[in-house]
Amino acid sequence: MVEMTVRQALRDAMAEEMRRDERVFLIGEEVAEYQGAYKVSQGLLEEFGAGRVIDTPITEHGFAGLAIGAAMAGLRPINEFMTFNFAMQAMDQIINSAAKTLYMSGGKVECPIVLRGPNGAAARVAAQHSQDFASWFGHVPGLKVIAPWSATDAKGLLKAAVRDPNPVIFLENEILYGASFDVSDVDVVLEIGKATIERSGRDVTIVGYSITVSRALEAASMLAEDGVEAEVINLRTIRPLDVTTIVASLARTNRLVVVEEGWSFAGVGAEVIAAVCDGGFDHLDAPPARVSAADAPLPYAASLEQAALPRADQIVRAVRDVCYV
Amino acid sequence: MDAVPADDTALLVDFYRTMLLVRRFEEKVGQMYGMGLIGGFCHLYIGQEAVVVGMDAAIRADDAVITSYRCHAHALVRGVPPAAIMAELTGRGTGISKGKGGSMHMFDIARGFYGGHGIVGAQVPLGAGIAFAQKYQKRDNVTLVFFGEGAANQGQVYETFNMASLWSLPAIFVIENNQYAMGTAIGRAKAGTELCHRGEAFGIRGIQVDGMDVVAVHEASRELVARVRDGEGPMLVEMQTYRYRGHSMSDPVKYRTRDEVQKVRERQDPIEQLRVRLIEGGAVDDAALKAIDRDVKKTVAEAAEHAQTSPEPDISELMTDIMLDAAGRNA
Repeated sequence: MVEMTVRQALRDAMAEEMRRDERVFLIGEEVAEYQGAYKVSQGLLEEFGAGRVIDTPITEHGFAGLAIGAAMAGLRPINEFMTFNFAMQAMDQIINSAAKTLYMSGGKVECPIVLRGPNGAAARVAAQHSQDFASWFGHVPGLKVIAPWSATDAKGLLKAAVRDPNPVIFLENEILYGASFDVSDVDVVLEIGKATIERSGRDVTIVGYSITVSRALEAASMLAEDGVEAEVINLRTIRPLDVTTIVASLARTNRLVVVEEGWSFAGVGAEVIAAVCDGGFDHLDAPPARVSAADAPLPYAASLEQAALPRADQIVRAVRDVCYV
Repeated sequence: MDAVPADDTALLVDFYRTMLLVRRFEEKVGQMYGMGLIGGFCHLYIGQEAVVVGMDAAIRADDAVITSYRCHAHALVRGVPPAAIMAELTGRGTGISKGKGGSMHMFDIARGFYGGHGIVGAQVPLGAGIAFAQKYQKRDNVTLVFFGEGAANQGQVYETFNMASLWSLPAIFVIENNQYAMGTAIGRAKAGTELCHRGEAFGIRGIQVDGMDVVAVHEASRELVARVRDGEGPMLVEMQTYRYRGHSMSDPVKYRTRDEVQKVRERQDPIEQLRVRLIEGGAVDDAALKAIDRDVKKTVAEAAEHAQTSPEPDISELMTDIMLDAAGRNA
């Protein structure tokens, strides 16, 4: 067992994959000499040199397109967005070029790229820098979408993402970068598309991803004091969605709460609930509930920001609603 | 292979054959579109043949080409079988993209052809990425990145010029200036119409070439390719050309006169110019060129026949080529 931050896990995953495969390179703003805007690429320039750890100008549309082209031509780029908010500049290249070209070419053009960076709310940076894009990217056939929570997730899923032959969106979280976790197997390569149960319980299933897993676990502790045992599922991957694990849990608990940091409209929670209605409707003893961000741009003021983002007490309330307690 | 000198008769005859193939192919496409056999957006290359033919002859088989949605000609000159292109246009399972891409989305990486991209300008950063890969892998290849003068106003083009120059990528940016961005004449959309200068702020040298003269295109391209292959960094060429047909098949072309088009056809047509040059130079006789005409017509007719008789894609193809498994097979 090793204690490791998410930041270290991501760094190590990239370094290990770059040692393993010459085709892998890191490209983005401030990834080389600055060592990453959030210090995720610390030491990589020193080990791999400027040919494989590449600082770009501030030019998201351009460098994402360039990295996608390099992937089509046989390389394995890791494209860092300083935050996913800036990936909106590159949306056309991500959707129209990376996600669709395999299909449009009848299978001739592959695009093995990882597009990664922090996603969702940070702290007090207001609406343009605080958004969860999981449902945006999850909507698109041709993309895999990963949202790790723990250091194990970060390490094992980033390594898997780099090895994957498809374009992979890898949604990190700035607040989690400094969080420490016990990692039992530092060589782990996790399977994309598999959720994991972070806490077992018999009374209700709480589904979360990324930082909302922390909130769900806090809520589960609060509920346990009142004798309600919540099972907490960490989705790990948004697409493909692991409906099997969710439905299997629901078969035991019969009640479901989905937590997301994005807006609820056409969100990940809506998708999870629709999938459960398809595959596990008979297990439900109560209408499923969603806990999500307020349906507003994220405000700056501390009090408003706190009110806007999903909190443990809201999850507790949602659990009480679906459990009728 | 090194390009053959431009006074080489065999090469000129080859140019004639290939330009004629593009012309007749596209005419057939227009005809079949009119008959309802081809659907969707369809952009013909008629009038611009000298650009792609002269340039392609200056690169090697292992070099790369990427372009916009006006891509049938670029695929043809890279050696994609005409029948596979035509079958893609009719949406058949034997099409180059299995009928899933259509007119704007054709690819053949084995022949160095990277598409066929539908969003104006998007192929420019992608093309720089291909050049980046060539340099990263220490190969002495070059990438021809084609785009129209309309795309030359897209921001990502300049984002790409900046990176390509900064990293000295082996890319040749080819502005196919056919004078009209859809219905907008060049003077109406550009502050400064000398597009060859558009890379200068980034240190990218640009030249302007008569894109209706295949020999001029080829000679300029040979020099550009040699320099870029030698590691001089990216270069830009503006090919002054003209499209005879509308922007796409659905364009009624109300923004210019028939007279304007007719004048270009009479004075600058790339195929006619070369025909006259070959005949007057005494290199070949009329009968030899007529034989080529017959061959080309036969090739196009066979492609059209294949494209109309091939089966539609199997319905199972709807859900293939979306995701790959770890072994690179359809997931």
